[in-house]
Amino acid sequence: MSLGDRAWAAVPAYFKANDVRLVAGLLLGTYVLYGVSSAFLAAVNNASMANAVINEIASITFLIAVYALLALALNLHWGYTGLFNIGIAGFMAVGVYAMSILAASPTASPPGLGLPVPVAVVGALLITAVVGGLAALPALQLDADYLAIVTVGLSEIIRLVLNASYFAGTVTDPEASGYNVVDVFGITFGTGGGQGISTPSSGPARAIYETETGLTPIGEVVYGAADAAGVGTSVVTDGTYALVLLLGFVTAYYVLLSRIGNSPFGRVLKAIREDELVARSLGKDTRLFKIKVFMVGCALMGLGGILWQGSYGYVNPNTFRPIVTFYIFTALIVGGAGSNTGSVVGGAVFAAFLLEGPRQVAGLVTAVSQLLFGSLPSAPNFYAAMVSLDPLTWLGYLVDSVAYLKFVFLGAVLVYLMQNRPDGIMGHRKETAASVDLSDRTVRGNGGESDE
Amino acid sequence: MSDADDGPEQPVAATPPEELAETQDSGTERAARETPPSIPLRVRNLRKRFGGITAVDGASFEVEAGSVTGLIGPNGAGKSTTFNCITGVHEPDGGAVYFDGEEITGLSPPEIANRGLVRTFQIARELEEMSVLENMMLAPPHQRGEKLVNAVTPGLRDDVIEQEIELREAVWETLELFEIDHLAEEYAGNLSGGQRKLLELARALMADPEMLLLDEPFAGVNPTLEEKLLDRIHDLTEQGYTFLLVEHDMDLIMQNCEHVIVMHQGNVLASGTPAEIRDDERVVEAYLGGEV
Amino acid sequence: MVLSDTYSDARRTLVERPAVVLLGLVIGYLLVDLAAKLAGTTVDVAGVQLLGGSTAVSQVARYVLDGLIVGLVIGLAGVGLSMTYSILSFANFAHGDYITTGAFSGWFAAYLVAFVTLNVDAPFGNVFLVNAPSLVSVVNAPLAVLIGLVASGVLTVAVVLFLDRIVYKPMRDKGGIPLLIASIGVALALRYAIVFVFGTGTRGVTETGSIPSVDIPVVDGYVPLNAHEVTLIVAAVSLMFGVHFLLQRTKLGKAMRAMADNKDLAQVTGIPTERVVRTTWIIGGGLAGIAGFLIVLERGTLNYNIGWRLLLLIFSGVILGGIGSVYGAIGGGIVIGIASRLSLVWIPSDFARVVAFAVMILVLLYRPSGLFGGVKTA
Repeated sequence: MSLGDRAWAAVPAYFKANDVRLVAGLLLGTYVLYGVSSAFLAAVNNASMANAVINEIASITFLIAVYALLALALNLHWGYTGLFNIGIAGFMAVGVYAMSILAASPTASPPGLGLPVPVAVVGALLITAVVGGLAALPALQLDADYLAIVTVGLSEIIRLVLNASYFAGTVTDPEASGYNVVDVFGITFGTGGGQGISTPSSGPARAIYETETGLTPIGEVVYGAADAAGVGTSVVTDGTYALVLLLGFVTAYYVLLSRIGNSPFGRVLKAIREDELVARSLGKDTRLFKIKVFMVGCALMGLGGILWQGSYGYVNPNTFRPIVTFYIFTALIVGGAGSNTGSVVGGAVFAAFLLEGPRQVAGLVTAVSQLLFGSLPSAPNFYAAMVSLDPLTWLGYLVDSVAYLKFVFLGAVLVYLMQNRPDGIMGHRKETAASVDLSDRTVRGNGGESDE
Repeated sequence: MSDADDGPEQPVAATPPEELAETQDSGTERAARETPPSIPLRVRNLRKRFGGITAVDGASFEVEAGSVTGLIGPNGAGKSTTFNCITGVHEPDGGAVYFDGEEITGLSPPEIANRGLVRTFQIARELEEMSVLENMMLAPPHQRGEKLVNAVTPGLRDDVIEQEIELREAVWETLELFEIDHLAEEYAGNLSGGQRKLLELARALMADPEMLLLDEPFAGVNPTLEEKLLDRIHDLTEQGYTFLLVEHDMDLIMQNCEHVIVMHQGNVLASGTPAEIRDDERVVEAYLGGEV
Repeated sequence: MVLSDTYSDARRTLVERPAVVLLGLVIGYLLVDLAAKLAGTTVDVAGVQLLGGSTAVSQVARYVLDGLIVGLVIGLAGVGLSMTYSILSFANFAHGDYITTGAFSGWFAAYLVAFVTLNVDAPFGNVFLVNAPSLVSVVNAPLAVLIGLVASGVLTVAVVLFLDRIVYKPMRDKGGIPLLIASIGVALALRYAIVFVFGTGTRGVTETGSIPSVDIPVVDGYVPLNAHEVTLIVAAVSLMFGVHFLLQRTKLGKAMRAMADNKDLAQVTGIPTERVVRTTWIIGGGLAGIAGFLIVLERGTLNYNIGWRLLLLIFSGVILGGIGSVYGAIGGGIVIGIASRLSLVWIPSDFARVVAFAVMILVLLYRPSGLFGGVKTA
């Protein structure tokens, strides 16, 4: 029995009985851990405890939500259809950049099309879907590992093109020597090149509380209460946005993808994953299915990118390096490819424990050491730490290097999972691809309502 | 299931199909016209090369409606390649395949399957991590819910569910007919070799075929299940389905087929009733010479 | 029979040719254009410049030489990727970080030697972390370079064998995708373990002021070539000949070649023996490590991303040459290197890598067996 099996066995049956309960339990546990840890850190540093706790929970909720969204989108490709798409970062980039360019003012630098933001978002999703459809063409004829190389190559091509100063749109004077605005049928725009581009909104949830001139009625109440508790307004807006992502968008993705999965369409996808020739021999034109799946999945990845990287007010091409794709893949594999609930669980476990966990642990170690020995000695580099022959200096160097050690840890987790539990936490579950309960043989009656 | 009954009704008199003279090449049109409805499948001069090796070299034969026809031959005779060329897995290098009077040469496997020519595989290709029920539900053609928009849109999904309930009933009936309903919830990957063969035939039947091509349906099947499988095939023939079997086991073919085609070195060596084949010296020779 | 033959041939031509024909036309146009540019003529039709312009021959020669140098490194590293891809049946995404391992371990060793043989006034800690700026050249410390070269190969082989033992060996039978994912894990862990020791900074490691350089005269100018570039070319070409000798003359090499060339044969003969697998890792890992050392010698700078940034180019070269073919990997690498540099004649340097990746995708789509596929390497 592997470590993963034991961990799963340790989860109380109460939580395993129902997916909502499982996810809620997982989130609750995460919040308790992070709440206690950040309260402790705030106490050590004499900071406002309420502000620290809410801030920590808001930021972890945000990360959980965005990784869950992208893992869900990837699950459609990899989990259901077996399409090994490792170009996710590229599709996110297309979404974010398309939205930013469509929404940017024509007079800005780089210039854009000046469309209203909602129109820009819809336009961006359509563009991502089209790019996804084009990317599907290799998927029609390539094996999984070749498709992996093609998609990661495509995602790098997208990043490099966005990074190129040639399309940046930073020199808008046609007479100037470095003129680099893209001009298509008289419509001019630019990507911002290596300097990046502004996204239409930073802190999208602020609109709930603030108007251009002052506060909304809700804002007066909430900001007032937050102020009394010592919580900053940016923490309130960030927290609200995270909550909207988690409760609104993750739920919407989940419902949409469950409907896709639990239908004859999803059945064909599963068949493509298992053995495409069988599906074809039974009369399914699998190529059409693959193109549709690529378009829908890529649009969802684009939207995930918009909700995530598009929410900071600014983005640059290097945000979309292949490492982002590997994060999302790890999240899905941890949760269990093939299961939508697994995707959400994977997003949560990945964000809370693999991605943010090491930093949190390092923070705790620093704080505890501070209490026990005063501050940890800090070594400028590995050599200095090594020759100091002082365990505390070693510890200090470890803590300082946690941002790098995190990747070593991630890599080890990936290898461990592949060797011992390739199905992830929940991949072993039977999720039947049908819109009705197949075991139930009621011909008419309430069988029709068993939708999910 | 019931839809499948309006396939071809009568087997016609068992006149052996004339050997097609290789020189006489009448062109697509005429060949199509000449194919009578009682001959659902007609293969003419089929050729397929892999690199330097010619796997099928001008094979021609016909299959009569409502019959069980066996395709036999020693290892490497080109049986499976012929099968793959008929069903669109391989594109033939030359020759033509006609189904129900229409040329289907070089069409894709789904196009061919949707015309009513459905195949099974030599090594049963189950969708292992799908349950038996899912395997069965996959097969029916043109399901409403195979359209993405129908699957997700609230109003349209009700029609999908309605159709799924109907299909579910048909699936259970077929599973009972094949006596594998007790395995319905199992992953297909957990079935024994013989059970997989039954499932594969049952699944092919759900695809609403007119004619079934079975690639070594009895390989690795124990005698009890083999009997069961044969019974089903004979029942279905009586209902009007047409079968073409590729088999290794000569005795099995001789006992169960009305018509036998013998392939050797990519060509049709002989064709006729089991009795005729048994007396054919070339066949005996091919088998002795072929299995070195 | 004749009719249907023509019919199916016509179908095949329609399906397969257009892209190939188009690609041929594009390459043909570029070559004519290049010739026109070199001749300094332009061809105008109705006021639109169709092709031509003016590019100095020496400029093009520089691109070709640069491309050849990068291509040799890509080809050298590609040998291992190609062999592991075909013998172990997975795309090893950690291969780029084997290059990084070689670069760091080789330069670590070179710096230690240089600390002893040269009169270095930097503190030992900086030398240990390969942080003492621009210390070594083939002129002032040939021994350090030689030992660094050997160490990059030896230490990388040790790391690669260790990783095979703990990661890949337990999952030999798991199939291509789990192995691929595990190799991504290995790539991350290895890269950031290196960062943990050496940090993320980019450091200059070679002393370039005093190394000899010759200017090779070309029609209208000259192409500079320095001692480090010569060292790289000589070392890479000798190693390629070494691999050639090993594969052609030794029994183990022949077995490996057979397996790499013909996957079916490998399957027929059963799971490749551990001995062949180990030798594959040794050759592939060693060449990758040395390639890392050499590219740093030529570029003069070293950082933790060096191998990862090369990885997709190496994949491009391997795919171009046909997976499984050792000579294809070398040839494909050189073609990719030269093509990505030569592309600068037409497009801004921002797009050099875009061109290489686009070529890779096109080859995968239209000729997955590689440009040299079908040509036996024996």
